[in-house]
Amino acid sequence: MDIFGISTQALFGQLLIGLINGSFYALLSLGLAVIFGLLNIINFTHGAQYMMGAFVAWLLLNKLGIGYWWALLLAPLAVGATGVAMERLMLSRLYQLDHLYGLLLTFGLALIIQGLFRNEFGSSGLPYRIPEQLTGGQNLGFMFLPNYRAWVIAASLVVCLATWYVIERTKLGAYLRAATENPQLVQAFGVNVPRMITLTYGFGVGLAGLAGVMAAPIYQVNPLMGADLIIVVFAVVVIGGMGSILGSILTGFGLGVVEGLTKVFYPEASNIVIFVIMVIVLLIKPAGLFGTQK
Amino acid sequence: MRGQRMAFAVMVAVLALAPLVVYPVFMMKVMCFALFACAFNLLIGFGGLLSFGHAMFLGAGGYASAHAAKVWGLPTELAILFGTGVALVLGYVVGLLAIRRQGIYFAMITLALAQMVYFFALQAPFTGGEDGIQAVPRGRLFGLVDLNQPLAIYGFVMAIFLGGFLLIWRVVHSPFGQVLKAIRENEARAISLGYDADRYKHIAFVISGGVAGLAGATKAIVFQLASLTDVHWTMSGEVVLMTLLGGLGTLFGPVIGAAIIITMQNYLAQLGAWVTVVQGVIFVLCVLAFRRGVIGELGRWLKKSL
Repeated sequence: MDIFGISTQALFGQLLIGLINGSFYALLSLGLAVIFGLLNIINFTHGAQYMMGAFVAWLLLNKLGIGYWWALLLAPLAVGATGVAMERLMLSRLYQLDHLYGLLLTFGLALIIQGLFRNEFGSSGLPYRIPEQLTGGQNLGFMFLPNYRAWVIAASLVVCLATWYVIERTKLGAYLRAATENPQLVQAFGVNVPRMITLTYGFGVGLAGLAGVMAAPIYQVNPLMGADLIIVVFAVVVIGGMGSILGSILTGFGLGVVEGLTKVFYPEASNIVIFVIMVIVLLIKPAGLFGTQK
Repeated sequence: MRGQRMAFAVMVAVLALAPLVVYPVFMMKVMCFALFACAFNLLIGFGGLLSFGHAMFLGAGGYASAHAAKVWGLPTELAILFGTGVALVLGYVVGLLAIRRQGIYFAMITLALAQMVYFFALQAPFTGGEDGIQAVPRGRLFGLVDLNQPLAIYGFVMAIFLGGFLLIWRVVHSPFGQVLKAIRENEARAISLGYDADRYKHIAFVISGGVAGLAGATKAIVFQLASLTDVHWTMSGEVVLMTLLGGLGTLFGPVIGAAIIITMQNYLAQLGAWVTVVQGVIFVLCVLAFRRGVIGELGRWLKKSL
């Protein structure tokens, strides 16, 4: 069966890859948006922290024999813990300054982390095998769906929606949103805002670590796996605008799919299509699809 | 102003005498990057705009002039002019898009657009992909001076660097530069005084892109090579580092910063990925404890604005 001269097999195959990439865009841009909301800092280290998540999973498996499912819990915690330390030791000193310094600091930290991992593990990728329970796949008639990929899409959707629920529908989320609007006032009401900021940064970074663990079996574990990805995620964030959690999730998945479709119909443009969309959005709605201009 | 004139005289003397002690090719590399950093500093230091994609101008200028000199056989001065022109046009288009958002978004947009230029350079037929454009002829200046002679090329690069530096000096001290600083300090107030802030920012962006393109075009002619390194985001990061280390918003800071970083890269070249680590550490230290930079601290100590 053909659609516009493209076999459905190829079309759905690329759509699936698009959805997978979209899952990672969504998880990463969600973390960036949550961090930006409270800290007013764009976390350039996000790509490096995603890479750290993948490496922690790899190290757990190869050095300690701890498998994928535990890594799914432990790696985000470990990466989140390093994030908490980073925020306490360094980022917290910059809140009174121009926000650009936060960007510069996190950029420097990303260079350090990526450089150290490259020294230790080299630049070639390390394989991470798919957990036994998720090997194989389903034949859907029109395409073959590997179980692991279905799991990644479902899991990241659940994590994204859970994050949305916590922030938009619970009391904790209400504190968080209030602190985003006016931290002094929330502090005056007796909420420990500095601790909240620290934990929020840890959480956002943990999300990046989680994305890294999920990515490990799909892409190879590589010290530079997050370096170029983070630039695409920045474009995703500009397109979506960071005002809305649901907006970040939708934009992430949507752009992944658009990128996948471009690979089918016009492969030469597939690695710039997101940037082109960013240009169009900037021309039509500079604040981003879901953003509000401050 | 007197302090700046004296500093300028010292800089000219150092550049003129340096080839007696230091390898001239190294000095030419420093001058190309110093000009690049000065262009970048015009935006961040005097306009408060952090462009995280300035490598696109360095790379575009380099590719355009290398292509013009090698494939079209244009004379050297026209090839460099063409490279600068391409960077100016790119600066016009990118500036138009980037100034639509402020602050952190500005940085992310410039970074994303630079990545687009990078992929273009990777795939376009005339850039030579991973190989770049190699063996670019240095040619003769105005058909007279053979630029393959060490002294001639050194003088040529020095003239371009000083010309670009003086242009930026002039811009910073002009009424235009004053308005730019006013916008950096308080954009809303500048607008309420009747200044079209977006237009000023856009013009600054075009000038900065053009001078960065001039640096890239010169670099391509001197090293006879235009390659992907010059358009990659790591290069955009390096120019931020040079400027930050030398001193944001100082005239001479970017020059010193470029000299330090290039020297460091020279000595650490065999250490591979450690260069990245060291650069990251300098970034972190500068942001946490040394925000004025080398020249900023020196100027504070001398009680002069350098």
